[in-house]
Amino acid sequence: MSAPAATIGAVGRTSRITLPALAATSLVLVTTAIVFVFFVAPTDANQGFSQRIFYFHVSIAITAYACFAGAAWQAFRLLWKRDPLADLKSYVCVHQGVIFGTLVLITGSIWAKISWGRWWLWSSDQLVLFLVLFLFYCAYFMLRFSLDPGPQRANLSAVYALFGVVLIPVSFAAIRLAKDIIHPVVFTLHGPNFGGWILVTYCISQVALLVLAYTLYRVELAGKQLDGRIRELREVLA
Amino acid sequence: MRYFRDVGALARKDLLLELRARDTLPAMVLFVAAVFVVFHFALPESPSRLETVGLLWVAILFTALLGLGRAFVPEREQRTLDGLVLAPCDRSAIWLAKSLATLAFLAAAEVVALPLYAIFFHRVGGATIAAVVLADIGICAVGTFLGAMAVATRARDLLLPLLFLPLAIPIVVGAVGASVVDSPGRYLGFLALYDALFAVVCWASFEYVVAE
Amino acid sequence: MLVARRLGKRFGEKRVLRGIDLDLATGGFLVVTGPNGSGKTTLLRICAGLAQPTEGTIERAVSRGAIGYLGHEPLVYRELTALENLELYGRLYRIAERRERIGMLLERFGLWEVRHERVASYSRGMTQRLALCRVLLHDPELLVLDEPYNALDEAGAELLDAQLAELRGERTFLLATHEPARLAPFASGRLALAA
Repeated sequence: MSAPAATIGAVGRTSRITLPALAATSLVLVTTAIVFVFFVAPTDANQGFSQRIFYFHVSIAITAYACFAGAAWQAFRLLWKRDPLADLKSYVCVHQGVIFGTLVLITGSIWAKISWGRWWLWSSDQLVLFLVLFLFYCAYFMLRFSLDPGPQRANLSAVYALFGVVLIPVSFAAIRLAKDIIHPVVFTLHGPNFGGWILVTYCISQVALLVLAYTLYRVELAGKQLDGRIRELREVLA
Repeated sequence: MRYFRDVGALARKDLLLELRARDTLPAMVLFVAAVFVVFHFALPESPSRLETVGLLWVAILFTALLGLGRAFVPEREQRTLDGLVLAPCDRSAIWLAKSLATLAFLAAAEVVALPLYAIFFHRVGGATIAAVVLADIGICAVGTFLGAMAVATRARDLLLPLLFLPLAIPIVVGAVGASVVDSPGRYLGFLALYDALFAVVCWASFEYVVAE
Repeated sequence: MLVARRLGKRFGEKRVLRGIDLDLATGGFLVVTGPNGSGKTTLLRICAGLAQPTEGTIERAVSRGAIGYLGHEPLVYRELTALENLELYGRLYRIAERRERIGMLLERFGLWEVRHERVASYSRGMTQRLALCRVLLHDPELLVLDEPYNALDEAGAELLDAQLAELRGERTFLLATHEPARLAPFASGRLALAA
């Protein structure tokens, strides 16, 4: 058995799209998105310049959902097809999802402060949902770190990731229902009415962030696979 | 049918174990009573119905956590889970039996807790009782499942609340809603939906939690 | 009945088994030896189906319900009586004529008198004898026993010898032991694990 190459290039080549090409694409897209958000999209009549954070906030949120869905898909593939790489992919997806989820909370908080003068709004469904998901997926890491690497850790992580994806719609419904128990408060985070340049700007920022997330996912995946290869080589040499 | 006989045999074992040990159920009852007393000192004078209902559900949730943390202790300490996993029965029967037994303990604790709550705070309506029944099912189904996961880790008792509470949030919403609003149908329906959805997910995936 | 090729198992960074090949024919009696930490227990757990290997393959010609496993733990509930424990396993393994079979085994292993007492009150030898009852209860085709003589007293050891002699050839055995000499008359093959 010839020793597999232990470079990031060799390891990162899991699909036709190479890492450098992906990184370059993300850079271009994100730059374009920033340009559009700050210079092209019209200023909102009510909230002014600060409302532009909305483009990133929503795009990041959708990207986070995509990461969690990806994690659940890889988890399903692990349990169903027994693909050994799926555990690592699922973990990296959750990791990316939590990073983007944290950004949702931060951007949402900033937006709330700018719009209403408060750092947190319980009346924002999106924010509350992400708080719940943040707690849920942080527990994912606690679960993972208190288990030794192996098939059991992969199985339990996968099952938990699947629970997560079921929890997302259920929590969302719960948060909507909760509003009727307590009298609804006026404060909300409103996006603009979609149309024209606003739609274009949003689409660009959404695509940019999805590609960025995918790039980060591929980079982290390659890094983890590299770790694994190095470990294997160390074993062979020992 | 053999599935349900397996579930029966396993549930019987769990109930027997608790009857012999006699530690979990008394602890849960004592805990919930103590929590109510703490609430009295933590709440303002003559709290509103919404406030106390909320606290009732917090009390139930944490009492349940107490019981759930103990659910897989015999299997963990004596490694008997291996024995159950080796048996030819469907692994999900282990989960279902354990959930039913835990449900019985939680219900027994609530038989004391709810009258106590009615005496200390506000009377308990029919909608609240219905919510208790539905919420208990969800709590025990999901909690038992997560308890089995937690028991396999190094962190064990630390991990169960962390895993359980985010998943319990929808239960709290449904239960509090049903206890408070005038037409609780929507919230009870939501609880039933939660129960059905998560029961299926738990049932289908327990195999992967206990077997490698 | 049991075929393993290039079996390997690692726990995190630690490699416990490496490149194990195993062939156990029906009716065979394979003895596994090796110093502490050589992976005997891990190997037996994999063969019994309690663990999955991280490398290699294993094929079993028997279903789960036809395997009997005795590990380092007796796998009985200490707060239940012998009878209750065996009743539970009897139901789970769907044994025909459960009562009779349980009674027969308890009597054979000298536990009939204490059948209504909780296992917590048993001595170590008695608990191990109950574990043997549990293993034999469903009359498995493949018996995987991990150092069964360890916890047994002299009387129990003699009972086990008699049981092995009776079943040798009719059932398939995979045993791990520190005393290969004791099993020499039964063994049809030997597998030595290095540390």
